[in-house]
Amino acid sequence: MALLQISEPGQSAAPHQHKLAIGIDLGTTNSLVATVISGMATVLQDEHGHALLPSVVRYMPDGSVVVGHEAQAQQSHDPANTIASAKRFMGRSLKDIVDRAHIPYSFVDSADSSKLLQLQTRAGLKTPVEISADILKNLKARAEKSLGADGGRGELLGAVITVPAYFDDAQRQATKDAARLAGLNVLRLLNEPTAAAVAYGLDHAVEGTFVIYDLGGGTFDVSILKLTKGVFEVLATNGDSALGGDDFDHRIYCWILDKIRDGSNTFSPLGEQDTRLLLTKARQAKEWLTDNHEAQIVCRLSNGSLIDVTLSAQQFVELTQQLVLKTLTPTRKAMRDANLTLDEIKGVVLVGGATRMPQVKQAIEDYFKQTPLTNLDPDKVVALGAAIQANALVGNRSDNDLLLLDVTPLSLGLETMGGLVERIIPRNSTLPVARAQDFTTYKDGQTAMSIQVVQGERELVADCRSLARFELRGIPAMVAGAARIRVTFQVDADGLLSVSAREQATGIEAHVVVKPSYGLTEDEITHMLKSSFGSAEVDKKARMLAEARVNAGAIISAVTIALSHDGNLITSEEKQAIEVEIEILQAISQTDDAVVINQGVDKLNHATEAFAAVRMNASVSLALNGKNLDEIKL
Amino acid sequence: MAITLTQTAADRVEKFLANRGKGIGLRLGVKTTGCSGMAYTLEFVDELHDEDTTFESHGVKVIVDPKSLVYIDGTELDFSKEGLNEGFKFNNPNMKDECGCGESFTV
Repeated sequence: MALLQISEPGQSAAPHQHKLAIGIDLGTTNSLVATVISGMATVLQDEHGHALLPSVVRYMPDGSVVVGHEAQAQQSHDPANTIASAKRFMGRSLKDIVDRAHIPYSFVDSADSSKLLQLQTRAGLKTPVEISADILKNLKARAEKSLGADGGRGELLGAVITVPAYFDDAQRQATKDAARLAGLNVLRLLNEPTAAAVAYGLDHAVEGTFVIYDLGGGTFDVSILKLTKGVFEVLATNGDSALGGDDFDHRIYCWILDKIRDGSNTFSPLGEQDTRLLLTKARQAKEWLTDNHEAQIVCRLSNGSLIDVTLSAQQFVELTQQLVLKTLTPTRKAMRDANLTLDEIKGVVLVGGATRMPQVKQAIEDYFKQTPLTNLDPDKVVALGAAIQANALVGNRSDNDLLLLDVTPLSLGLETMGGLVERIIPRNSTLPVARAQDFTTYKDGQTAMSIQVVQGERELVADCRSLARFELRGIPAMVAGAARIRVTFQVDADGLLSVSAREQATGIEAHVVVKPSYGLTEDEITHMLKSSFGSAEVDKKARMLAEARVNAGAIISAVTIALSHDGNLITSEEKQAIEVEIEILQAISQTDDAVVINQGVDKLNHATEAFAAVRMNASVSLALNGKNLDEIKL
Repeated sequence: MAITLTQTAADRVEKFLANRGKGIGLRLGVKTTGCSGMAYTLEFVDELHDEDTTFESHGVKVIVDPKSLVYIDGTELDFSKEGLNEGFKFNNPNMKDECGCGESFTV
């Protein structure tokens, strides 16, 4: 007999047609899967009652794949075939990985260093996408078992998978690819902080600005979200990719070592096994101290010596004070980037197991001057939010469920003359979105236009990321500025960008679908965002200079053409004077001073005034030649 | 006759209702569909209809419409766990046969 769940009024599904959907938190350290059962978001457990699945994959000699706790336990024995934290490599190429020396995996050098990186394991070459797919497969199997999807209760319609807010196109695409590889239909990718906010029902709240403080096992992220009419805008993100709960364990571990050294003079370095043992004991002590005043750490090392030390909560707080402070620096930076004051923050949500530590909670409370939201399990809150969103997306929603809208993480634009970025779709636009803008030709008789699509917040193309380049050919020859070329940017609900250009008079068209571009690192993207705030002044100058150069180029080209056509209308001295001015302007447009270049442009303009008047007269008399007065009546 | 809930089922329903934040009870019903002719439905109740019959079991209001009551009178609703899967189960004395998956039945 099948097990039934309670539906919303009037929404009972026909047998075998339940709309099953799951939310997955694909984390760097741990992953989870959740679903909505009888109207309640619930994290699904494996057969041992574990909710967290360590994001570790081990490729076994017999060709099988082991995921989770079992793989994690073998990490130190078989490092090259046991891959942890694959999320850090998602959408990355080899050249993005800077500290390869510290990573135990064998990366494969590929001829093209911008290609996605691969790891050599005994199961062959593995990309981070495939490794993540193995984690997702495991979670999918768990979900199907829990929901009875394999028993014909209805099929698993899809999953919402969460990604960090700062993930770029390449990393998001890699996450989608992993899901597809695992046989999961991706309903949507959802930003992790947004998912946490949804789990707390903040999307039902009125409007407001929220801080999501996410201290995970090995990473720290802080995001500031603004909610307006069902849209979560990411105002700022910051963090530290090398700070997490593991660092707190390590502080305790070092403290234990110090204690041992005090007690005996015959201290020898610890072996691998003892190190692991002490780290495990350290983690247990940390967790114990969340609700207790002191923790006793007792264990026997492999050489037979007994360790028996007691760590008080107060000592623990002192040991880890620096780590807690370290999370506040990115938090302050994010607040500054978002240009917010503390009283504008409506709520603070805690995510990640490490936020259970009382000293972390206290530090946040002291900084934000308000009690953070903690009533949901911080390990599960992201997965729960994803499940709620997945449930709404497949149509099992009750009337108070809002459908969240995604936004573009970075601005999209194209390159105009002089290497400038013309922004077409600004950052944080809600998806799907389409915007069009008209452009024109720069030179007389120009018949083709090269369109370079860029992503980023800076004013110069060189400082942004190029996504694609395509050409519109067959523009009819016209004078500069006469052609009307409409360029349309479209981003669909999945975040896929397509760009088309159409010459309005003839209707000729060119089109490109922007494929995910690989190679933009996490640091690059945060750097790009940050530098756009910090370098507005520099950018403005660069923009003015580029514009001045474009102006100079345009006038030089126009005057040169005019001289070659109508040079006979003026005396050779006059002609020479103009040519001298052209040369001067050509020279100064190479300099870096926009003001001087603009002055040169004015000077050339001035020098050609008389010539322009003569030309005008000549063309007027040409037009009037042989016509009588009646015909030219205005 | 009556419709009853086991203690476990009642606890679950109360929890789900509390989480949902609204609703007066649980509606049990049948509809004509599925491979064996009829299928059970299980829904939250926000409003009562005139013809509804209301039972109370372990503090939970169980609401049934008259047409469904004919088929499920005497049913005990249980909550059980089978492996990783957990959910509600109809123990219906009127049932003669059910399809392989147990979601639809004949009387």
